[in-house]
Amino acid sequence: MIKVKLAEDKINKIKEICTSFGNKAGEAINVLHKVQGEFGYLPAEVQEVIAKELNVSVANIYGIVTFYSFFTMIPKGEHPISICMGTACYVRGSEKILDEFKRQLKIAIGETTPDGKFSLNCLRCVGACGLAPVVLIGDKVYGRVTTDKVQEIIGEYKA
Amino acid sequence: MAKYKMHLLVCGGTGCSASKSTEIVDNLHLSLKEKGLENDVQVILTGCFGFCEKGPIVKVMPDNTFYTEVKPEDAAEIIAEHVIKGRKVTRLLYTDPENKEHIADAKHMGFYKKQLRIALRNCGFIDPENIEEYISNDGYAAIAKVLTEMASEEVINEIKLSGLRGRGGGGFPTGVKWEIASKNHADQKYVVCNADEGDPGAFMDRSILEGDPHSVIEAMTINGFAIGATKGLIYIRAEYPLAIHRLQIAIGQAREYGLLGKNIFGSGFDFDIELRYGAGAFVCGEETALIHSMEGQRGEPTFKPPFPAQSGYLQKPTNVNNVETYANIPIIILKGANWFNKIGTEKSKGTKVFALAGQINNVGLIEVPMGITLREVIYEIGGGIKNGRAFKAVQTGGPSGGCLTEKHLDTPIDYDNLIAAGSMMGSGGMVVMDDTSCMVSIAKFYLEFTVEESCGKCTPCRVGNKRLHEILEKITKGNGTMEDLEALRNLAGVIKDTALCGLGQTSPNPVLSTLDNFWDEYVEHVKDKKCRAGVCKSLMRYVIDKDACVGCTACARNCPVNAISGEKKMPHVINDELCIKCGACIERCKFNAISIK
Amino acid sequence: MEYVNIIIDDKPIKAEKGQTILKAARQAGIGIPTLCYYELNGQQLENRPGGCRVCVVEVSGRKNLAPACATEVMEGMEIKTHSLRVVNARRTVVELLLSDHPASCLICSKSGNCELQSLAQKLGIRDIPFKGEQSMYKKDFSPAIIREMNKCIMCRRCETVCNKLQTVGALSAVNRGFMAVVAPAFEQDLAQSPCTMCGQCVQACPVGALSEVNQTRQVIQAINNPAKKVVVQTAPAVRVALGEEFGMEPGTIVTGKMAAALRRIGFDYVFDTDFAADLTIMEEGTELLGRISKFMAGDKSVRLPILTSCCPGWVNFFETNYSDMLDVPSTAKSPQQMFGAIAKNYWAEKIGVKREDMIVVSIMPCVAKKFECQRDEFKENGNPDVDYSLTTRELAELIKQFNIDFNTLPDEDFDNPLGASTGAAVIFGATGGVIEAATRTAYEIFTKKKLDKVDFNALRGLDGVRSATVDFDGTPIHIGIAHGLGNARKLLDMVRNGEANFHAIEVMACPGGCVGGAGQPFHHGDFSKVEKRFEAIYREDEGKPIRKSHENPYIKQLYEEFLGEPCGEKSHHLLHTHYFDKSKQVEVEA
Repeated sequence: MIKVKLAEDKINKIKEICTSFGNKAGEAINVLHKVQGEFGYLPAEVQEVIAKELNVSVANIYGIVTFYSFFTMIPKGEHPISICMGTACYVRGSEKILDEFKRQLKIAIGETTPDGKFSLNCLRCVGACGLAPVVLIGDKVYGRVTTDKVQEIIGEYKA
Repeated sequence: MAKYKMHLLVCGGTGCSASKSTEIVDNLHLSLKEKGLENDVQVILTGCFGFCEKGPIVKVMPDNTFYTEVKPEDAAEIIAEHVIKGRKVTRLLYTDPENKEHIADAKHMGFYKKQLRIALRNCGFIDPENIEEYISNDGYAAIAKVLTEMASEEVINEIKLSGLRGRGGGGFPTGVKWEIASKNHADQKYVVCNADEGDPGAFMDRSILEGDPHSVIEAMTINGFAIGATKGLIYIRAEYPLAIHRLQIAIGQAREYGLLGKNIFGSGFDFDIELRYGAGAFVCGEETALIHSMEGQRGEPTFKPPFPAQSGYLQKPTNVNNVETYANIPIIILKGANWFNKIGTEKSKGTKVFALAGQINNVGLIEVPMGITLREVIYEIGGGIKNGRAFKAVQTGGPSGGCLTEKHLDTPIDYDNLIAAGSMMGSGGMVVMDDTSCMVSIAKFYLEFTVEESCGKCTPCRVGNKRLHEILEKITKGNGTMEDLEALRNLAGVIKDTALCGLGQTSPNPVLSTLDNFWDEYVEHVKDKKCRAGVCKSLMRYVIDKDACVGCTACARNCPVNAISGEKKMPHVINDELCIKCGACIERCKFNAISIK
Repeated sequence: MEYVNIIIDDKPIKAEKGQTILKAARQAGIGIPTLCYYELNGQQLENRPGGCRVCVVEVSGRKNLAPACATEVMEGMEIKTHSLRVVNARRTVVELLLSDHPASCLICSKSGNCELQSLAQKLGIRDIPFKGEQSMYKKDFSPAIIREMNKCIMCRRCETVCNKLQTVGALSAVNRGFMAVVAPAFEQDLAQSPCTMCGQCVQACPVGALSEVNQTRQVIQAINNPAKKVVVQTAPAVRVALGEEFGMEPGTIVTGKMAAALRRIGFDYVFDTDFAADLTIMEEGTELLGRISKFMAGDKSVRLPILTSCCPGWVNFFETNYSDMLDVPSTAKSPQQMFGAIAKNYWAEKIGVKREDMIVVSIMPCVAKKFECQRDEFKENGNPDVDYSLTTRELAELIKQFNIDFNTLPDEDFDNPLGASTGAAVIFGATGGVIEAATRTAYEIFTKKKLDKVDFNALRGLDGVRSATVDFDGTPIHIGIAHGLGNARKLLDMVRNGEANFHAIEVMACPGGCVGGAGQPFHHGDFSKVEKRFEAIYREDEGKPIRKSHENPYIKQLYEEFLGEPCGEKSHHLLHTHYFDKSKQVEVEA
């Protein structure tokens, strides 16, 4: 027997979510959304439990998780930073903003700072093109960002 | 809206929300309460007004005063001056860039003058979270008419006659699509609203869903009746939390009012809608991929036929339409096909919503009649190029579209003209570029997007686009050859001809259109190793003018790679081999001694 | 049948309505190359993602080229399969595939059998114009299968076979775009996945991305070690397929040439797994009758049906998926392992060789047998009963390495005593064969009557799930048969849910049984080759003088001299095994 170990409350939460979607394989994406919303990310053990509950192979679940950029197997930082790389932001210099964040946080795209405070990612268009270039920290949108504003923005979350 | 004397409409679109429009609402409420006016003046958080450049927007009704760039701290003044004393707050009015006069009414602004709002008719006018407001603006009158007066064939005929074509990109006639789905018989059919707006730089669908969610719900119900479907699904990006929130509210209210559910208007027709969430995959905008994603699978497209109208969601006949397409439906039913088909050009009827963005003065969401020229859009509505620079190109259709130039500016915009010009309508992204944009880099930017978003199923898209991107990379690094340009063209042609889905087939368009329209720029990169826009770092050299340099050492101290050397108070020099062209030195130099060659 | 008129390459053709362009063209003798397309005719398996784009053709009136494998013919369609546009596109597509594929054909195990290689040759590609990043993955070795995903071309055949045909679910497409690849969950090693090592993915792979663990070198070393006595055994399905590796027609029976070749390679004893198959019938048949008798007598501790256990892929499958039913399968070891146990315990003693000095090599149509012989329970003090298991393909490789002109070899016989077998043993190589062989013996023991007609046609055939009732002189015995693990799942789910009442069920993991085994010569999706091997198996059976296992004189001798009686004390120790729970269970973390 191969054992997948997970904390009891987590197992119960996953089971509850799967049951709320009728344990249907067709609801896999909804289930993954909900579970990620609950835990922040989708580690292997969590995917194993989901696969079992939905009665599909865990390879199948992993195939879905890796297809959609929204799903992640790495815990995000306490303040996830997303730089919009949509066209509008790109032509208004979002690449420079990204470079500045990388420089200041000393992490690359997809990474989290060692203290777990910040993680850095790119996204495509949040629909706030009027404010380009745009940066998201958590749900908060920062518009018309310039490289010299980066330090100030990060500073808001450092305290 | 009768019982209040005055209404304050505050834009609650994503752009304005980011600029604290909800705080404005709070402050307005606070001030009204202070003055004891909370029962006379209503504050409404609406959907997007479109003029994002000047957001946040506050509009005062009934006198149509349009305040721009409002800050939360302006709320008290608006109440004290405008609401109580009836004096407009001049400093918050829009200033005409030409004659510097203040304009109070939006309809006199260049941005709005040439617009015609059909799909966006309610955006910015009603509270999207209140079904009553939608109803009082003829909402749900179309479904009432359909269910009580029309047969399903009549509905389909009306849509066919209107000439409405799919607004999601392809431009397939909507009525014909409905007809095919209606003729495929099955125990269950589905109506799907494609709200997986993924084009970078496009936010039309989002604005409609945030500003007028009921119009989409009503249209889907009409669609369901027309093709004989009782279930509707909206596939929406998870990245659109506000739109999702408003849709959930709207669906709940519609159910409460009996406008969704069993036996709508006592007609015996049942219809209900569920939401399905995307999870960050551009390809899911393609309808077969979208269906597989809704089925809980990897969103990989499948070969058509079978078309969704034959075998779609759960192998049942499924009609998929885009948000904007749906937003047009209720008004077509109410005003008639003959009203709609008089707007636009011969083959493209009605209006199109564009997300106008890039290096342009008036960034925002616009709706214009088909047939308007790019010049009118860019210069009259868009207010021309930012900072008075020169227009270079306009990109339409997102990663599936192409870059058009000066010579296309007077082409009337419609589906067929844009394709003939080497671009496409796409879902409506319109990005304007000035001479600071390098067209090779722009092509590379789109290819990078396609490479990242390719599902990987077919060879041309999985490997072909990767190779296209690599060749472009090589050119921007200054290592390109003329053979590479030939290879680009050939490979792009084969990808177009052989890729599995619509997205793959159109993915080389940014390359082909820039090759066609900006050939000289490519040749410059290859032969002269020069990037005229100064974007391609590898083709740049940073040089210190030794006459202008005073030797303050600011540049040397700030260079992240220690590429700058020189004695104090003596001219400095940059070591090209070490320089990473980050530009830090230029930013620090107070004497304009550093330039890019 | 309705027909439509189409024109392919200027040739008017009547094509079946609903047919694809590919099938209509092939029926008309017009070849269109394919790569991702993979169909096992009659086995409800079709991989048709339309992804490789090699089969694109020009269809008049269509804007883009259409994939012939997925486009249905329509009245009046005009198709061009080799216009300049088509040829240029096809060539570019193959060049693109090659640009993300290691150019290591010279040393690739699939060289000569690779569909991408032959396509590149056919198109005359002499240069790969596209240079760029190549996919890099670490090599993954499981006990039976090697994954070299650098070579993967994303045809998805393995994924489809693993999920649709076998319902094993070890593989899935993961990631997307250029990073997309077929892999187990979390891109872990195959050994950590629910892989049954049935190897149908290896059989399906058009390139060298999936292959079996090759052990020919170890065998050659053993043969050349004077201190070792090397014994070889050959499975029944090998003799009807090996000839294909030497240009013979599928279904050619090469038993005699095979024995001759093995002798020339230098094996000390050329024996036959068929002997052990007869032995399996004695043990499994006795076990079956025992269980049925007890069951009929009302013994509630006995569970029916009895499941055959000769197929190692199947054993892995039920250990993983039906761990609640581990007492249902027969405890009889597979013929390979019975042979090993007899060779190393009985034969070694008989010829005065120490166990450690005897090397047992098996030639199998199978990939999973490589894993089976490594199972700990089949070892004595770490020494395995069967040392190396080679596939049919590896045997062909050995024959070629030894410069043996296979086609001109004389027919030779196996050595005795472990080379003697009956027709009942031969049919182990085809689906339904094990249960038919068991029936031939069980009938005579149960009814104590002589069976005149040994052919049980009701048990034969290639339908995925079959059932038949055999009359044991008034007692109806219900038999179920499944081949392909997806079909096995259907049958087992019925049993688990109490929807079916069988006395015995035979399961083979591979479609067609061992004739369609993963270790057989590559059929590249041409299932008619498997059908021809299948027919040959029954021809071989018919030609055998003895066709019932219990009549094999050497089997009788073995029981008399050594084992005593079937399912007796010694048999229990040497010829029976037990099963392990390999299921995955979620447990609360302390």
